[in-house]
Amino acid sequence: MSTSIIILIVLLVGAVGGYAAYQRGRQLRIERGMRPHSRPIYHASYVLSWAWVPSLLLLGTWLIASPILNEIQIRNAFPEDAVAEAGLTDDLAYGIVESIGVGLRSLPEDERDQIDEDTPIEDALPLFRQYGVAIASASQDWMLPLAIESNIWSTVSRWAMTIVVVLFAAGGAFYGYRNIRTRLRARNKVEKVVNVTLIVASSIAIMTTVGIVFSMLFESADFFSRVSAWEFFFGTTWEPRFSAAGSGGETGQFGLIPLLAGTLYIGAVAMAVAVPIGLFAAIYMAEYADNRTRSVAKPLLEVLAGIPTIVYGFFALVTVGPFFRDLSAQISGLLTGNYSAFIQAQSVLTAGCVMGIMLIPFVSSLSDDIITSVPRSLRDGSLGLGATRSETVKRVILPAALPGIVSALLLTASRAIGETMIVVLAAGVAANLTINPFEAMTTITVKIVQQLTGDLEFTSPQTLVAFALGITLFVITLCLNVYALYIVRKYKEQYE
Amino acid sequence: MTDATANDISDRSEATRGRRDIGIKRRYAAERRFKAYGMIAIGLGIAFLFILLWSVVSKGYTAFWQTEIRVPITFSEEVIGTAEEGAANQSKLMMANYPQLARDGLIQLLEIDPENSEAVSAANGLVSQGVRMELRDMVLNDLQVIGTTEDVWLYASSDLDSALKGSYDLSVEESRRPISDLQLEFIERLEEMGALEQNFNWGLFTFGASSRAETAGVGVAIIGSAYMMLIVLALALPIGVAASIYLEEFAPKNRFTDLIEVNINNLAAVPSIVFGILGLAVFINWFGLPRSAALVGGLVLTLMTLPTIIIATRAALRAVPPSIRWAALGLGASKTQTVFQHVLPLAAPGILTGTIIGLAQALGETAPLLLIGMVAFVADYPETPLDAATALPVQIYMWANEAERAFQERTSGAIMILLGFLALMNLTAIFLRRRFERRW
Repeated sequence: MSTSIIILIVLLVGAVGGYAAYQRGRQLRIERGMRPHSRPIYHASYVLSWAWVPSLLLLGTWLIASPILNEIQIRNAFPEDAVAEAGLTDDLAYGIVESIGVGLRSLPEDERDQIDEDTPIEDALPLFRQYGVAIASASQDWMLPLAIESNIWSTVSRWAMTIVVVLFAAGGAFYGYRNIRTRLRARNKVEKVVNVTLIVASSIAIMTTVGIVFSMLFESADFFSRVSAWEFFFGTTWEPRFSAAGSGGETGQFGLIPLLAGTLYIGAVAMAVAVPIGLFAAIYMAEYADNRTRSVAKPLLEVLAGIPTIVYGFFALVTVGPFFRDLSAQISGLLTGNYSAFIQAQSVLTAGCVMGIMLIPFVSSLSDDIITSVPRSLRDGSLGLGATRSETVKRVILPAALPGIVSALLLTASRAIGETMIVVLAAGVAANLTINPFEAMTTITVKIVQQLTGDLEFTSPQTLVAFALGITLFVITLCLNVYALYIVRKYKEQYE
Repeated sequence: MTDATANDISDRSEATRGRRDIGIKRRYAAERRFKAYGMIAIGLGIAFLFILLWSVVSKGYTAFWQTEIRVPITFSEEVIGTAEEGAANQSKLMMANYPQLARDGLIQLLEIDPENSEAVSAANGLVSQGVRMELRDMVLNDLQVIGTTEDVWLYASSDLDSALKGSYDLSVEESRRPISDLQLEFIERLEEMGALEQNFNWGLFTFGASSRAETAGVGVAIIGSAYMMLIVLALALPIGVAASIYLEEFAPKNRFTDLIEVNINNLAAVPSIVFGILGLAVFINWFGLPRSAALVGGLVLTLMTLPTIIIATRAALRAVPPSIRWAALGLGASKTQTVFQHVLPLAAPGILTGTIIGLAQALGETAPLLLIGMVAFVADYPETPLDAATALPVQIYMWANEAERAFQERTSGAIMILLGFLALMNLTAIFLRRRFERRW
């Protein structure tokens, strides 16, 4: 029976139990002529939790544990030496056994009955193929009985799980219902369950971080066991595909430097566009603009932040890139008479400019908040002493807001470094190491996307390197974020 | 005496004014410059916004129209086989040479000599390769149509479509444009006959992925995105609200809750692609969920949206004045009752607004979905969240990589659809905030 149906049954059992408990709670009041400790709805929730929580926890554990136990059992049952004889590793052999199991399950019943433990594997393979399951040619005779055994195990386990889980639900509901009496403190117990649920929900944030770190750590450790960390962090050539062709060496060239340089260069161009525009816009809106201008300009700028990055990427690809290319062709034509473009359509400049546009609202709204939170008294003092508004901004407000603005810029920079879609479409994929902003460079995020789309093999360095890149990116942005948040916190305390 | 004093003062002020004037002029000029920089900055920002929108709309609005050609199609039994044969043998019907029907129809319509292979192939280039499906579906729906002749509106090829919409420069010499002179002549003749029409392009909303621009649409991608949004809503909203309630109302101030808080603030700033790596490693590689499935996409987007929802929900809870809590507690409600029966309902509009904005963010997210294999050629509607699916932004990404003119137009069209959804969601959020927000 499928898992969703089991869950449905459990939910139904709980609901029935809860309804019964609700009625019982109301009856108690009439029978005994006194008010029970808790209201009927809490009796219902009490029974509901008894019916749902233990059985669903059990269901989850069973679903995780059963395949693992099955795998251990099958692996232990491998005949000695047979695996090595067939030139396989344990993992490969288990994979084949598993796919034979899938093949067996996809056969119609009458044909499956013809296969038993003594059937030679050669007879079974054509049948599997006929039903669309291809199995590696390295399969051996001894694998078939194991696959059959494994299938029996999982069928039995599933039935046992269904029965036990439903029994747990019914038993829980019954136990809860039996406990109902006037003095039962149902509300307190239900509230305890609610409280635990809330704690579990809030720890999901921690689990996500732990998941991010561990998932990347494990795979990166695997990568660094194949490629030395020195070569990765200080290599200046990026050519991962090279070794895939089988040019002898296991390792290609996985140099981080060109990617890091591209990331920082594009990020720097983006910041050069976004910071002046964003900062001046924020200053104007906080210090000069009247309410009407503000109420029009601010939302309009914020629309820029709501546009998905893929749209910016497309904009860079079809509008900005060709525009820069044609512009440079015109300029060089006017200067030298030779109409050849010196800005490539995919270039650091294109990606940087478009990313800069995307970042304007981040800079402006973050700095706007910070500038307006500078105390009124500082502003009034400066104006009262006869300074003009711009002098007040330059000499008083900006120095006072500086820590906050720096942290806003750091947060923006971390966004620029982690930005993916714009650079995927506009920066190109060639891992150049150049200082010419008119040429294409590539970034860490582009390479992560490139290495992780298409066919994946979690054993090849070509795939695993993406995790090493990912953790590098994560660490860089994490440092920027933590430092920025730290500054913000410190700064807030100063004026509050 | 008084005169003297007055003279003194006016003398002095004259002198000082004279000295100050130099400074003030300079300072006021600096002031005006500074103010102008600010206005220029805001103007630039808004100009960029409009250039961006204009570039998308001007390229994309034509995608909502599709050229169709009215061709008299004879469903000849020689090509398809008789109705009886078809009823007995479906595969014969599926495999029949439908493009030939369209070709014959065009030859008849344009009165071309069937022996003139150049003209025939030029005419054939006018209709889409999608006619195979179009005509096949007609026949499969109604076998009675076999043997009759009917006027059918066929999709025009993307070249003809683009030429009519003016995307090609038709004044250049013949070899440098995808439409030949002969084809131009045909087009003129078709227009005269009234057999050429531009209709609203419903296909853009209903079709799936296709290698032909005229039969490519975002229908499948919209369904995929809808599945993901439902999953995000079903998971992120309850978990996010529960987490915020705990942090805001119950949590004692200790290391653990401090850790959670730092964590949530950090997660909000982690690059989205990192969440994609997480999804790939954990959900696909460890849990063994299928690649390209809407379920995995939904889970990844849930994790991404959680911090946004938590931050918005906490702000909404904080905005509920403490007097409400005191009143409830004073009347004997328990802490849990206070929160769930009094604080939460009052915070609901704020939570809803935050959730919608979080969903809008998730809807536009592309990078993590690329990593979990949603860059897939999916032509069929996914029936369950476990089937291969794609998402609206990912579809845009895939089309953006196609070189054909017609695809560029569709990409812009798809972006307009995406931006339309986002605008709708954000306007809903603004409306809710205006309508239900209470200030205490």
